Amino acid sequence: MYTDLLGQQFVHNALMAGAVVGLVSGAIGFFVVTRGASFAVHAMSELGFTGAAGALWLGLSPVVGLVGGSLITGLALGLLSLRGRERDSAIGSVLAFGLGVGVLFLSLYQGYATEATNLLFGSVVAVSRPQLAGLAAVSLLVMAGIAACYRPLLFSSVDPDVAEARGVPLRALSVITYLLLALTTAEAVQVVGVLLVLTLVITPAAAAQRLAVNPATSIVLAMLIAVAATEGGILISLEWGPSSFWISALSFAVYLAARAAGWGRLRMPA
Amino acid sequence: MTAAPVRVDGVGLRFGRRVLWEGLTFDLGASEFLAVLGPNGTGKTSLIRMIMGLLQPAGGVVEVNGRPPVQARSGIGYIPQHRAFDRDLPLRGRDLVRLGLDGQRWGIGGAGRKLDERVDRALREVGAAAYADQPVGRLSGGEQQRLRIAQALVSDPGLLLADEPLLSLDLASQQMVTSLLDARRRSAGTPVVFVTHDVNPVLSMVDRVLYLAPGDWAIGSPREVLTSETLSRLYGTPVDVLEVRGRIVVVGTPDDHGAHHDDEPA
Repeated sequence: MYTDLLGQQFVHNALMAGAVVGLVSGAIGFFVVTRGASFAVHAMSELGFTGAAGALWLGLSPVVGLVGGSLITGLALGLLSLRGRERDSAIGSVLAFGLGVGVLFLSLYQGYATEATNLLFGSVVAVSRPQLAGLAAVSLLVMAGIAACYRPLLFSSVDPDVAEARGVPLRALSVITYLLLALTTAEAVQVVGVLLVLTLVITPAAAAQRLAVNPATSIVLAMLIAVAATEGGILISLEWGPSSFWISALSFAVYLAARAAGWGRLRMPA
Repeated sequence: MTAAPVRVDGVGLRFGRRVLWEGLTFDLGASEFLAVLGPNGTGKTSLIRMIMGLLQPAGGVVEVNGRPPVQARSGIGYIPQHRAFDRDLPLRGRDLVRLGLDGQRWGIGGAGRKLDERVDRALREVGAAAYADQPVGRLSGGEQQRLRIAQALVSDPGLLLADEPLLSLDLASQQMVTSLLDARRRSAGTPVVFVTHDVNPVLSMVDRVLYLAPGDWAIGSPREVLTSETLSRLYGTPVDVLEVRGRIVVVGTPDDHGAHHDDEPA
């Protein structure tokens, strides 16, 4: 039975999509975690949902609305470059209203509610070949963006004061980070859904930070954890349960293990 | 004749309608150690930011090596206030120093042997080689500040700017920071602009003092500026400058609460 499933095209598509999205989520997650911007990820995915619900209502492709909603949120956050508490409360306020609008769009939409459920909780097994190609193209774009900006991105994330003094354009990098993050978020939504994007973007990167002591290792580790959790989750879900649950469970298990291991490391004398 | 490392000519600082100072003028010479003193909120940090080209002066000219500051940034080493890193930040001491060398360049950057050697040399110069492979967040404040100096020196700057680098450091670490900067300017002729609220840790190495008071300023040798007459004139109120066992104590300034504030508005 199980081996029959493994031969199916839709399973292959799901596994490929999982790998592609896991890689970018882990990579961008490193910068999100070092910048302390986890809440921004949540805002982008939920406002991406608003965009998708609006697109459904207008009879457009929900993916277009999803990417649009995330990108607009990312652009706004990047341009505002808010810090600390101000950013926290601003995101919270905008996010709440945006979700409310999303609910309105859904109630206006007369079609199948499955579309909405898929957006909220993900439907990686429903990814088609053309969708897969789209995911791969966007992932490639995000990875190229991260590579092109790697050093100033790292500098401005871990040491903004000196980075600014050395001529790193902080605001431009903030915009770039949030735009790359918005694209990643719009991708991850299609695999795990709006409500679980954090499980691919934040959890693996947070686990990796506990295990690695330098940026490059930390990024690679986050990518590996995200891919492993996604593929593992998809494979287990073929037997029982929704894939999004299993992906979040595996990702969280690695996080807990990393915390336990990291706790031991931090307790060692310096 | 070569241009002065820093030329400040008729420069003003204004926030909205509030004028902090006007007509600020001085040249910084090679290997000179300039201490920038004054109470909080008088624009000490703003002056540093002007020299780095991050803040436009309200009138006047700032030049670094005869060029606009924005073009001269690659020749400036900057040491910020000590601010602790997160304990689990995945960044080693050598990664922090490396960012001071090529962190502003686009792209990933290859594994260059030459660059690694420069990082190692800077780490040795400040005596931080022993813990260069530890995560920075787990090091002590003094160790982190040593790495900050290596980060500033690794690009071989022609000018060092330090903004309250001694804040929240213990006495031994304070002496370490000042002596490293002093050694650098003696060996390489690198001038130092050193913002501090307390002149005493650097008194033995200071060539000139720039004192920024609310609405006025004075520049000269410590003997000229740190006197009861000069400071009384700057503050417009009687201020006493006392010398106690080789330390200078200023009494009677309006913000003299006997306590120091850690932050200062830009």
